Order: sequence, then structure tokens, then C-alpha cells
Amino acid sequence: MNPARPTPPIASLADAPEELSVPLPWRRRIFSHSMTTIAFLLTGLALLPLFAILIEIIRRGLPQLSWETLTALPAPVGMTDMADGFGNAIVGTLLMVGVATLISVPIGVLTAVFLSEFGQGSTIANAVRFLVTVLSGVPSIVVGVFAYGVIVLTTKEYSALAGSFALGVIMLPIVVLATEGALLLVPQSQRLASAALGANRLQTTFRIVIATALPAIMTGILLSIARAAGETAPLIFTALFTENFPRGLFSPAPSLSVLIYNYANSPFVEQNQMAWTAALVLLGLVLLLSVVSRVITRKRSDA
Amino acid sequence: MIDRFDRSPLSSTAVDLDLTAANGETRWLDATFSWLVRGFALCTVAVLFWMGWVIFRQAFPAIQQFGLGFLASQDWDIGTLSFGALPYIYGTLVSSVIALLIAVPVGLAVALITSENFLPVWVRSPLGFIVELIAAIPSVIVGLWGIFVLLPVLMPIGIWLNQNLGWIPLFATEPFGPGLLPAGIILAIMILPTMAAISRDVLLAVPKELRSASGALGATRWETIFRVMLPSGIAGLLGAATLALGRALGETMAVVMVIGNSPVVSLSLLDPASTIPSVLATQFGEALDVLHIGALMYLALILFVVTLAVNVAAILMVRAIRS
Repeated sequence: MNPARPTPPIASLADAPEELSVPLPWRRRIFSHSMTTIAFLLTGLALLPLFAILIEIIRRGLPQLSWETLTALPAPVGMTDMADGFGNAIVGTLLMVGVATLISVPIGVLTAVFLSEFGQGSTIANAVRFLVTVLSGVPSIVVGVFAYGVIVLTTKEYSALAGSFALGVIMLPIVVLATEGALLLVPQSQRLASAALGANRLQTTFRIVIATALPAIMTGILLSIARAAGETAPLIFTALFTENFPRGLFSPAPSLSVLIYNYANSPFVEQNQMAWTAALVLLGLVLLLSVVSRVITRKRSDA
Repeated sequence: MIDRFDRSPLSSTAVDLDLTAANGETRWLDATFSWLVRGFALCTVAVLFWMGWVIFRQAFPAIQQFGLGFLASQDWDIGTLSFGALPYIYGTLVSSVIALLIAVPVGLAVALITSENFLPVWVRSPLGFIVELIAAIPSVIVGLWGIFVLLPVLMPIGIWLNQNLGWIPLFATEPFGPGLLPAGIILAIMILPTMAAISRDVLLAVPKELRSASGALGATRWETIFRVMLPSGIAGLLGAATLALGRALGETMAVVMVIGNSPVVSLSLLDPASTIPSVLATQFGEALDVLHIGALMYLALILFVVTLAVNVAAILMVRAIRS
């Protein structure tokens, strides 16, 4: 199993012909050991930021966490006797991510259906898949600029709709690629069985393929929601921020991520502390979504 | 009796069974649905072109005004409406290069530890999972951590570099806190999961025979890694690094929070700087003038085109390995 490991010299062979028991020369042995040490050190270094971030968020964010923080509006700076919180940002994030999900999931799932069921193997499907992969690599700030150009410049106002649009565009390729992967896992024999029973492709797609792949599709959607909930760059200059609860899709809306950004740059210590609490809430949401979705996939791939 | 067998079921009025099943309604539905999904697929793709078009159209006033000289000009004055992209292009490139210099070796180490059998499987697979979890942390949170934890930690290191290696132009100025070096380090953290995950896939895809042959010739594990594994996976590893570069070029929030956002070109890594995404994030909300918006759109267009090219190259490289 492990052919590369040097064989240690064996005592009983010590007086046998020399070449049978020659240990590795010093230089090769030192090289091996030092490289192993370096690799382990670098891996430790890679793990360091994750744990540092998690510990710091819990240490600095947990003390202020309470029911009030989750529901109240931000208190004006210096008002210590008022309830201080970021309920508006939580509502705003949920609103915009919700609308983005409504935009991206139908389009994304149907695009994936085209890729795996109707156009499979065709040039046009391959081109679509390639361009969707490219779309998934477009920086989120560029998507924000796009939403700004399409919605903010047209309607002449910053709005939750522009933020939702940007988040929807970010979610779209993730939903497409995850759903296509899920649909491809459905055995071909099930499609054939469905066709043999007289179902057409529409019926096969909805009653057999999508029904079977539904948990895996949900996983992909959850992952894309987790990604969108944490996005900040496309919201700063599309949805902006408000100190109140969002008033609907056509006015600016607050979000957790923009709140963290604003509070992190704030000169006031109370707001800095609140940024950590908001980070704790946001990270809890995002990690929960991605861990849950990974557990679903892992169970399915084990089965 | 005989009569009954003579009759074909198709022409029968008694048995209502139509084997050709050309039920008009479902067939129409099927065809419509087929066109519908095709339409949605084209919509998805159209988003990419629409994006390019919208950004180009808004950038057009600035493109007309400044032409290609925009790329080389250092001015960025909102008052006099003269704009140049050089400081931002420089900051983007330098911070990304620092990020790659850190993330490539560290990512390779993680890929090797999680693909070789240094550790038992029950340690190895959670390890890979944990490293990839970094990618799930929203970048604004990494930036928050950068401001309040990383910058104070890096400050004495910066001072030390300046005092002892100040004769090197890279460390020639006194550290101020935010700067190119912290931005590069934050970026390295952000792109590490990409590098580690794809490199591991590439290394696992190297045929077992190659490794066995190397072992049979007497090579140690690390000789096998350096002379067989890495060379045979080189195209995929380059693809992983390119994909990581694409991430680094477009990463916004974490960078904007630790780079200092100063539009200057300075050789020193300890000086504050600015990147294309960071200037977009900080100035778009306040931009009112058509030319100012145009200049920002021009920057966005540059970023869009460059990341597109980098990502296409990376996808092609990684795809060549997997097929």
C-alpha cells in the first residue's frame, strides 16, 4: 500500500551483503522528513484563519446576542438606555434573498432540465453549460455594477429590487450547475422505464427525474442561498442601507452583510461590537445552510 | 368467436386502446415544454452577454473621453473629472500576486496532506472539509476579522520589516496599518480553498501505476511527489492556480476593508493602495456625474473582461485534466 516509504534497516541483515540493507543516504532522509514537516506546518497554517475567525466571532459577538438584538432596530449612537439591534437587517436579508430565490430557482432549474434532459450532448447544451460556468466566475462586484446599470440607473433610485436582482444573478449559475449534477445522478433506466410505461418527456421529467433528484436539488438551492446571504459587494450600491425595516421592493433595504461592513468601519465601539454579533448571526445562518446541505449530499453518495 | 380475433384492436370501437398514443394535448404540451426549457437556457446564457452590454454601454462616455490612455493614467480626480485606472490595476495585480505566492504552496501542502496517506482517512476527509469551509465564510466577515485581528497582528511585523529590510523598496515605507501586504494575505485566505480542493482532485486523478512505478524504482514518497505526481498533474495544478487568480482579482469586501483605499501607485507593500473592486465598492454609491459613473463602469468592464479571460483559461485547463 505504501511503496514510497523507505524500509528501515533490519538488524539481522546487518552482516549480509551491504547493498541489501543500505539505509537511505542522509540527504534523502533529511529531505523526506523536512518536506513532511513543512507540509504539516503549512496545513496547520491553512487551518489557523478558520479557527481564529470562528473563535473571535464567538468571543466578541456572543456577549451582545439576545432576543432584542435580533428584533430591535439599531439605536442611535450614544443612546444606552434604548434597545439596540439589527432586526431590520435580518428582515432585509431574508426579503432580498427570498426574492432572489424566486427569480433564480425557476430559471435555473429549467435551464438544468434543458442541459440534462432535452438538450443532452448537443452543441448548444455544451455551449450553455460552458457559459454558465463562466457566469459563475464573474466577480460579485461586477454583478452589482450590472444590477446598478439595469435597475438603479433606469428607475433612478436605489431599491431592494436591484439588490435582489444582483443576488439572483449570483445564485443562477450555482442553481443550474447543482441541479444539473443532481439530475445526472438519476439512473438512465428510470427514464427508460417511465418512457416504456407510455410517459412523454414532460411527464418523465416532472414525475420521475425531478421527483427523484429533489433532495439533491434542494441541496444546491440551499448552497446558493447561503452564498447569496453572505454577499455584500453587490448590495452596497444597489440596495444601500436604511435604519428602518424595509418598506417594500422599490425602496432601499438594509441587509446583515452591509450592516457588518458599515459597523466595522464605524468609529464607535458599540457599533464595532454589534458588527461582531451580526457576523455571528450571519455566519450561523450560512454555516448551518452549508453544513446541512453537505450532510444531505454525503448521505446520498454513501447510499 | 373467430370474428373477434379478426378485428384489429386499432380499428376496434369496442376496445379504446390507441398504441400510437398521439394524444394531441400531451404532445402539444411536450413540444411547448421542450421549447420553454430551451428558452430558459438561452435566457441564462443571455444574462452574461446582457451584463457585458450594459456595462459597456454605461462605460461608453468614459471610453470615448479617455480611450486606452485610461489604463496608463494615474489621475483620479472627481472634481476635475479626470480619471485613470493605473493605481487600481496596479493594486489589483500586486495584491493578487501576493495572494498567489502564499496560497499556492499552502494549498498544495493541504492537497498533498489530504490526498497522500500521511494520515488515516478519518482524519484526512474532515480536514479537507474544514479547509473548504473557509470558502463558506462571507467575505465581509473575513474583512471584519482582518480589521480587528489581522491588522493589529501584522502591524509589528510590518514595523520590523521596515526597520530591518527597509533598504528593499518593497518595505521602504513605514506601515500605517491597512495596506497591500495585509490585503494580499487576506486574499490568500480567501482563495486557499479553491487552490486546495482542485489540486487535491488533480493529484487524486494521477494514475496509480505512475506512483507505483516510481516507488518500485526506489524513490521515496517525496521524490515521487516532486518528480512524478506534480509534473504529471502540472496542467491541472496550473488550472487550479488560475482559477484561484480569477477569484483573487474579483474579491471585494475582504480587500476593501484592509487595503486602505488610497489611489496611489507605490512600490512599498506596506503602503495603503486600492484595487478595482475596492474603488467600485467605495465610490459607486456616491457617483453622480455621468463621466464618473462612466469611469467606474470602465473599470468594471476591465475587471469583467480580465476575469472572464482568466476563468475561461482555467476552465479549459482543468477540463483537459478531467476528460
